[in-house]
Amino acid sequence: MADLPPALSGFWVTFRTMFQKVVTEQYPEQAAKYPPKPRFHGRHQLNRHPDGLEKCVGCELCAWACPADAIYVQGAANVEGDRHSPGERYGRVYQINYLRCIFCAMCIEACPTRALTMTHEFDLADHSREVLIYEKDQLLAPLTENMVAPPHAMVAGTTEKDYYEGKVTGATTEQREEVAHREEAEEADEVVDAEASS
Amino acid sequence: MTAQAEGEAADTDLVHAFIDGQPVSVPKGTLIIRAAEQVGVEIPRFCDHPLLDPVAACRQCLVEVEGMPKPQPACALYVSEDMKVKTQDTSTEAEVAQKGVMEFLLANHPLDCPVCDKGGECPLQNQAMTAGRTTSRYTLPKRTFPKPINVSAQVLLDRERCVNCQRCTRFADEIAGDPLIDLMERGAEQQIGIGEEPFDSYFSGNTIQICPVGALTSADYRFKARPFDLVSVPTTCEHCASGCATRTDWRHESVERRYAWEDPAVNEDWNCDKGRFAFKYLSENRLTTPLVREDGQLRKASWPEALRIVAARLAQAGSRSAVVTGGRLSLEDAYAYGRFARTDLGTDNIDFRTRPTSQEEQDFLASRVAGTAGPTYADLEAAPTVLLVGFEPEEESPIVYLRLRKAVRKHGMRVFSIAPFASEGLEKLSGELLATVPGSEAATLRSLPDDVAKELRADGAMILVGERLAQSQGGLSAAVALSEQTGASLAWIPRRAGERGSLDAGAISGLLPGGRPITDAAARQEVAKVWGIEALPETPGLNLAGIIAAIAADEAGAAAAEDSEEEYERSIEALILAGVDVSDVAEPAALQRAIDDAPFVVALDIRPTEVTAAADVVFPVATVAEKSGTFVDWEGRRRPFAITFPETQMFSDATVLSLIADNLDHDPAPRNVPALRAEIEALGAWAGERPDVPQVPAPPASPAGDNQTAVLATWRLLLDLGVTQEGAPYLAATRRPSVARISAATAAGLGIGEGDPVRVGSQTGSITLPVAVTEMPDGIVWVPTNSPDSRVTESLGVGAGATVSLSRPTDLTEGA
Repeated sequence: MADLPPALSGFWVTFRTMFQKVVTEQYPEQAAKYPPKPRFHGRHQLNRHPDGLEKCVGCELCAWACPADAIYVQGAANVEGDRHSPGERYGRVYQINYLRCIFCAMCIEACPTRALTMTHEFDLADHSREVLIYEKDQLLAPLTENMVAPPHAMVAGTTEKDYYEGKVTGATTEQREEVAHREEAEEADEVVDAEASS
Repeated sequence: MTAQAEGEAADTDLVHAFIDGQPVSVPKGTLIIRAAEQVGVEIPRFCDHPLLDPVAACRQCLVEVEGMPKPQPACALYVSEDMKVKTQDTSTEAEVAQKGVMEFLLANHPLDCPVCDKGGECPLQNQAMTAGRTTSRYTLPKRTFPKPINVSAQVLLDRERCVNCQRCTRFADEIAGDPLIDLMERGAEQQIGIGEEPFDSYFSGNTIQICPVGALTSADYRFKARPFDLVSVPTTCEHCASGCATRTDWRHESVERRYAWEDPAVNEDWNCDKGRFAFKYLSENRLTTPLVREDGQLRKASWPEALRIVAARLAQAGSRSAVVTGGRLSLEDAYAYGRFARTDLGTDNIDFRTRPTSQEEQDFLASRVAGTAGPTYADLEAAPTVLLVGFEPEEESPIVYLRLRKAVRKHGMRVFSIAPFASEGLEKLSGELLATVPGSEAATLRSLPDDVAKELRADGAMILVGERLAQSQGGLSAAVALSEQTGASLAWIPRRAGERGSLDAGAISGLLPGGRPITDAAARQEVAKVWGIEALPETPGLNLAGIIAAIAADEAGAAAAEDSEEEYERSIEALILAGVDVSDVAEPAALQRAIDDAPFVVALDIRPTEVTAAADVVFPVATVAEKSGTFVDWEGRRRPFAITFPETQMFSDATVLSLIADNLDHDPAPRNVPALRAEIEALGAWAGERPDVPQVPAPPASPAGDNQTAVLATWRLLLDLGVTQEGAPYLAATRRPSVARISAATAAGLGIGEGDPVRVGSQTGSITLPVAVTEMPDGIVWVPTNSPDSRVTESLGVGAGATVSLSRPTDLTEGA
């Protein structure tokens, strides 16, 4: 083909390519067809213990490790009646700024409780800066069937150590009752508030 | 260590040794660990602290000393002549020994750094990283304790983390004199603990700071932040006239904690719990915009509008104005008020003393204190004898108390106190009481026992007078006379941080900056030149009492004039109040009436108060965290502080005053701290003649109380209902309980015993508190001035020395 006139050699490239396999992926129509690689670094997730308590202890090591200063954490003490994690401490405020995050996963390495991991969710784009600062409720792993939403007490008779040794496998009836009771009370309060404001 | 500086002169007192082969010469009695610091060798340590006695508890500082069979603790061994020391840097033996100790310390130490507040600033963590093993060889279960436990409401103890270095117990015992915590049990179970009483020391927060592990943590700072989150600013404590250097740590426009900062000349390494934990007031319940009164109601207004209104009214009032500032202003702000009153208003009606005061005190301050450099902490520490008059150091100036205690402990200083009873603080100073009925301090001062008078003649003896002595007629005159008679130096120790600065800055009638008497033409000229004005008021204006009286007289005059339909010209048209708390003065009702009666009131404050509620225009001003400035401590030492929140939108008092001056179309006044400091420096202290010292005679002895009446003694406790302590519940929980102290005979006369309630009454109200039977003269009752259930000025409306009624509350409430 080297001796084709230059004007035609360009067309030849175009013609030849028409018979090759297409590399373009159709996004978002066929997104499911092309899942990210298993070790892909996507949006973070704050994991839970099997009974729903949070694994995050608010230690800020992730924030410390972060080279982009994208993580903001404020710890607080678990108290009787307001327990979010086993042990003394939990993360009261947890924010990740996805405008700064470079998905390097240093935070994941730093996390001492395996509370922070990364998902495959990568479509982190939006129209304002504010919504790209993810709060704790957006980062927390969804509750599975075995879990109930904190705050609630630890499984009766267990210690923090038992949680880390995997001895807790799911929410107990006591915990379910406690949470149901709390939610009922909250709903009742809301009704009272609504009546008072109307 | 001043070893090198002093070394040349007293070479014979030096010992010469070698540390890691480097020659070192140190004074006799220097510990190896300190000598090593001088040649740049850092020996790891936990229990060692330069201000605590050596104990060699943690064994982390083991070093090899030639000629000694085993490694020796460097923190407890003094350097001797020709000693050859090898540290971990040059000796394998020392290194192995230190690593062994570290392994033992970590054997039972929990691996909970992620949830520990010390994480990130922990000596144990750091040294485990540098000198520890990467993995533990210890495989057995660790010793555990329930965690954490409260040793006091604000100090939490995690015994698992403790390395038993005893820094906290030694601090409590040696420095604070509150040995409420101690080692308990033996062997692996050895732990720090409290007895029946909690660790409610005024200095307990220091143990949190010096704990080399995370065993002692603060309930207030619990899990709030990590050291790398915090921005640290060097500040000066704003709570009293001790002038502690502090470090303010903040994050996200909020102060998270305060630490004592090192200043060997002032607070050494310590501060009190009030300085450490009382900072929530900086952010809670703040005024943020100017307010102006319209149709009887305060409403938000813009700065230009509020400034215009104030300027118009002040232009009308002119010299018929008065300025009253609280005792919490920085030197620069107080100076700005003094300057504003004299140049922009043309009046000398100004007073910073919103507390029980007297004319005698004003004369005393003018003659002996304003603009002078008095005795220092170093003088205090070296003094052989100290006499306290109207001054309770532990409650009113805690760092003075710590210095006194240090001197008592190190060289047996003798402390005498003229007070109604021997307080807890005096007992911890092994002090001797010269029992005195409030009001007759002057008589006691003029007839001191011979041995006390003799002691005061010793070289370096000191008399410390508190601001409360102003309430006792003739007291300050007698103190000056005693000082002149015996040669003992005299120091005035006010309570609030801004008092001394306000005095030096001339925020008081009759005194211009630097202690210049306003009656002195040369002094006026010096000041007028710097201020760029023609003339200053030539006669002293009104002080606080005068201002209150003038407004009352105006009100009466105006009422009379209205009746007879004449024109009446008031002497005070406008009143400017800065950070004034009505309940601070002896008679709050009178001050409140004056504020209500004054035709125009401007209030500058950080938060809404009774004063701002009654004002016509309110300006919000910056707190100490929102401005830089200087406090002047009781010594007269300048204690500058940096701004904590550099991005604040708040204006300092001085800035607001300069804005008012601009609106008055006056020459621009200095607006920022550098400009104000430059003017203050340019003026300097007054070198000319000072007014005479007051010569008020002692009052005739008043009849002591009988069964129904008593003489009131009262002072403020360090932790009380002060507004700057608001929002600190853990601190409040360590307050001393409110009690009424009476003698056994007085209690018997009333037919009540220890713990029974007693009612202390005056014409305006009463206070009922449980009785603490105390060894004290009969016919006196002591109650705290501003504590829960005991607000003396508001309830009783009288001050110390007044006669109050005493009764059993059941006598009155029966049948009610």
